[in-house]
Amino acid sequence: MAVTTLPSGPFGWLSITWRLLDYWITVYRRTWRGSVFTSFLTPLLYVVAMGVLLGGFIKTPAADLDGASSYLLFVAPGLLAAQTMQLVFGETTYPVLGLIKWHKVYASMVATPLTVSKVVIAQLGFIAFRIMSASVVFILVMTPFGVFSSVGGALGAFFVQLLLGMAFATPIFAYSAALQSEEGFTVIFRLLMIPMFLFSGAFFPLRNLSPVLEQIARITPLWQGVDLTRMLALGTWDTPSALVHLAYLVVLSVAGGWLAIRSLARRLAK
Amino acid sequence: MPYEYPSVTAAPQSPGVPAATDSMVHARGLRKTFGSFEAVRGIDVDVHRGEAFGFLGPNGAGKSSTMRMIAAVSPVTAGTLRVLGMDPQTDGPLIRARLGVCPQEDSLDPDLRVRENLLVYGRYFGLSRRAVRARADELLEFAQLTDKAKAKVDDLSGGMKRRLTIARALINDPEILLLDEPTTGLDPQARHSLWDKLFRLKEQGVTIVLTTHYMDEAEQLCDRLVVMDKGAIAAEGSPLELIREHSTREVAELRFGVGQHEALAARVADLADRVEVLPDRLMLYTEHGEETLAQVHGRGLRPLAVLVRRSTLEDVFLKLTGRSLVD
Ligand SMILES: Nc1ncnc2c1ncn2[C@@H]1O[C@H](COP(=O)(O)OP(=O)(O)OP(=O)(O)O)[C@@H](O)[C@H]1O
Ligand SMILES: [Mg+2]
Repeated sequence: MAVTTLPSGPFGWLSITWRLLDYWITVYRRTWRGSVFTSFLTPLLYVVAMGVLLGGFIKTPAADLDGASSYLLFVAPGLLAAQTMQLVFGETTYPVLGLIKWHKVYASMVATPLTVSKVVIAQLGFIAFRIMSASVVFILVMTPFGVFSSVGGALGAFFVQLLLGMAFATPIFAYSAALQSEEGFTVIFRLLMIPMFLFSGAFFPLRNLSPVLEQIARITPLWQGVDLTRMLALGTWDTPSALVHLAYLVVLSVAGGWLAIRSLARRLAK
Repeated sequence: MPYEYPSVTAAPQSPGVPAATDSMVHARGLRKTFGSFEAVRGIDVDVHRGEAFGFLGPNGAGKSSTMRMIAAVSPVTAGTLRVLGMDPQTDGPLIRARLGVCPQEDSLDPDLRVRENLLVYGRYFGLSRRAVRARADELLEFAQLTDKAKAKVDDLSGGMKRRLTIARALINDPEILLLDEPTTGLDPQARHSLWDKLFRLKEQGVTIVLTTHYMDEAEQLCDRLVVMDKGAIAAEGSPLELIREHSTREVAELRFGVGQHEALAARVADLADRVEVLPDRLMLYTEHGEETLAQVHGRGLRPLAVLVRRSTLEDVFLKLTGRSLVD
């Protein structure tokens, strides 16, 4: 009783956000079995099917494969980035609307000393954890196939997934928090996720596209992640273009984060 | 010269701790609008420490909108609101730290088990894991849900969910408990047992603010209440005061044959303070029901059935808010 102050300052802020840890641990305990299965098996199936088996038919010189000496080496980093995107779409669409609408979980959270920004940040923290664990598994699965030219490259690719994931998570969270019904998800799955998955350079070099489509593909967030991951895996790092990709993803993450908090705050402040 | 407190009555005060305020909720001209719709149209409310205070009103009166502003989750559109002496707009988290909230619609997490719902929620208030475990077990006992601790929330009955929601609202030992229709959907046993529990909490000094559609609940629980209608306060007082002010001491209900009530009303109109015509009976609001009844008989009228009873809060409520449904 008699709580007359709350922790203050940046650490106080964090310590209050940290109060959501047990919630996310409890949620994860209910769901991790399913996610372990998919996060281990999916990369393996993809790398074998697309990299090894399909790649076996593709004899293209490295110059035409963004510097990859085989299709396996070309496609594997693309698959990693595409997986990050898909995971984030999964985590920030139905679950977000569910917590708003069907279960009113956010509403019960913000009836406590927690605030909307803390609730959003904690969930992004959980999503970051999901991205990291899925990426670690994916990278470990890919390593025996010789996908990474160096340990540093693998490590860099890991951090790129985190950034790419946040760049997707925050704006989609903002979008989901403003939705009245789940029909809005079909739209972004069909118009954003699937086209990006197929045409943002994960499976073939962007130069293969017509000039207009190539320009469109180059401005998608997924391409930034694909190219960064690929440069790190192949050891073809090019600082100027990497900086552009990184800046793009950082700006999207931060702007999206601001939007996500605003969107959820509006939704809950009825 | 520094002011000196008289030593006998001065409460020990540690520096920096604000003086305990007796005004738990203080609202003046409080308003809430949704777009162009005015849900709450300038209400004045004061709730004091240790009191049980009720909001009564028909559907759409603005009770929940008011409760959500007091709970510091819904922004105030206009007017003044102080909860525990603080402004919800600037001190929302601090206010909420000391509130327990049971919303009208259950907001339990169906992905979590019964006990987990309490454990997780207690952590939001900064309780340690150990403290929250002890508190959760206490509250499960309180809500008679101990043997359901590991059940899924979806497998609970409506009444059990309600009890769990109330238990969750108590996890932080709140100073004010906000209950929006706490017993809607409960069976009579569960309602009575909840009333007992709320009464015990009140005895421990918890201030209770509740909304209800049940007049008996309001009479049983509330020290003071307001009747809200269309966003405004129609009346305020203790249940007894309200009855005294807005109704007569007794009511005589007379049943005649179907279709005769309208015509007969005129013949008894002067016998009571107020006569109300319903399709199946006449209601005579009067100080002495038996006397009035004798006078009715004296005029040669023979009702098929009669009932003389004391006025209740329900009579007040229906008088103030009307009998017809306006939605
Ligand atoms: N978020 C909202 N957006 C628009 N209108 C709203 C919103 N919440 C409430 N209202 C409207 O405000 C009015 C008051 O609603 P409120 O929920 O406060 O009533 P209430 O007294 O709690 O009713 P009930 O007894 O049915 O629970 C209603 O007409 C309702 O439609
Ligand atoms: Mg209501």
